[in-house]
Amino acid sequence: MHDQTVLLIEVGALLLGLGLLGRLSRRIGLSPIPLYLLAGLAFGHGGIVPLSASEEFFAVGAEIGVILLLVMLGLEYTASELVGNLRAAAPAGLIDGLLNALPGAAFALLLGWGWLAAVVLAGITWVSSSGVIAKVLADLGRLGNRETPVILSILVIEDLAMALYLPLVTALLAGIGLLGGAQALVIAVATVVVVLVVAIRYGHIISRMFAPQDPEALLLGVLGLTLLVAGLAAGLKVSAAVGAFLVGIALSGPVAHHATQLLSPLRDLFAAVFFVFFGLATDPADMPPVLLPALGLAIVTMGTKVLTGYLAARRVGIALPGRWRTGLALVPRGEFSIVIAGLAVTSAGVAMEPQLAPLATAYVLITVVTGPMLARLPDMRWFKDWLRRKAQSAAMSPAPVAD
Amino acid sequence: MRVRVEQTALPGIGVRHDMVTTSGRRLGVVTHRSGRRDLVFYDRDDPDACTADIPLTDDEAEALADILGASLMLGQLSGLRQQAAGLLTEQISIPAGSPFVGRRLGDTKARTRTSASIVAVLREREVIASPDPAFRFEAGDVVVVVGTRKGLDGVTAILADGDPDG
Repeated sequence: MHDQTVLLIEVGALLLGLGLLGRLSRRIGLSPIPLYLLAGLAFGHGGIVPLSASEEFFAVGAEIGVILLLVMLGLEYTASELVGNLRAAAPAGLIDGLLNALPGAAFALLLGWGWLAAVVLAGITWVSSSGVIAKVLADLGRLGNRETPVILSILVIEDLAMALYLPLVTALLAGIGLLGGAQALVIAVATVVVVLVVAIRYGHIISRMFAPQDPEALLLGVLGLTLLVAGLAAGLKVSAAVGAFLVGIALSGPVAHHATQLLSPLRDLFAAVFFVFFGLATDPADMPPVLLPALGLAIVTMGTKVLTGYLAARRVGIALPGRWRTGLALVPRGEFSIVIAGLAVTSAGVAMEPQLAPLATAYVLITVVTGPMLARLPDMRWFKDWLRRKAQSAAMSPAPVAD
Repeated sequence: MRVRVEQTALPGIGVRHDMVTTSGRRLGVVTHRSGRRDLVFYDRDDPDACTADIPLTDDEAEALADILGASLMLGQLSGLRQQAAGLLTEQISIPAGSPFVGRRLGDTKARTRTSASIVAVLREREVIASPDPAFRFEAGDVVVVVGTRKGLDGVTAILADGDPDG
């Protein structure tokens, strides 16, 4: 058969399969991300059916998928929200970074993977999945809850931190070394600050370049600008993902609102391709040896996330049940962890520990499946009863006498 | 009269307004960027959690605001309804195409022609009680009328096209 015919058949069959998987995941109330990863594992290198003709298509599609994931993430926030949050939630963000990045780094060093893998794994265990968590909060009817702003601001801080972390990792992975990494970081910080200032002051002027009432022109314009800036950013070693994120932040008002609606279906398509591609690149035969370590890492870092949320909620005076809800909601890791792992795997500069990708896949699979289930825990009868008994026994015990 | 309403930003989602009532219950509204609004009620035992979360469309939110805003007036009117059997109250809106948009209440001659009375006008969530004959209508006003069934139908017809017999 002709190569292009095979490509159409492969891509078509895979997308159809993903569509059915997505439907299944919604039926059982899960995020489709784990199923897409599993689908990717099933095909590709060492899988049941190796895909040959469409490999290039999936590689390009995955790249666009990351860019769209990030531009949409940026569109969700306004620059003033980011800056406003930075002041209010910085302590919570700091606790989050320390408690969750360090276990990942320590784990990599413990396995003897070297400091570069430690930096990468720190990022993977640090960032919660904004997409999955926002959906879980909406599904559980918790948007009105008083601890929800705490969760959201931790997510915002993480996303902003990624704008600094990704360029650093990109530079390190390109083999530029610590000095080059520092240089990339300086460029990234300067870019982020300039974009934030421009977006706050002149966001409406950038947005005026686009007409929100003309869907076709808006779609092409925003997509074009995003890919262009992402490409330029990658050229500067600032990472394409960060460039896209910044474009999303710079757009505001009705343009951002309409662009979100227009880009959503594209994002869904290419993000699915991205998760599949990550699964494709991993040989399922590599998975069994890393399953136990991944499980251990997942248990430890799920615990530290719960602690992060608990402490952050306590800081702003949320009661005991709310603190548990905050902590358990933050557990799922997802798209960002895969983005970081993907960067590490595809970078040509330095040889990366071969077990990193399977470990990251297994780790994300575990947290993204159990996370949304754990988030439901505080709504259970026995959990509420346990908290109530705890609160009562605390009230019963005599207050310490000051002398 | 003044109630303390707290406003909280929800980054990436929208804004939440909430307040505590005199009876000690907390309730709030989550306004999404998309314009969707959720009415939320908080748990008695766990004041951080909401027990109910009711999504409202624009129209539903507006209708609810109207009901809450006009409750005082309608409460009095329903009392009146109980006192006099056969007397009804009705809210009639002035459509944009009504001949009385921009004209005075006196011009309708509603009371003389139908013996039903216009007792109040609701305009943008405000209640204008007992409007006098010089009151000018605007499109979108809602007129509260008291009268018999026939009288109310007559006023509806007048406000729609100026003819009491439909």
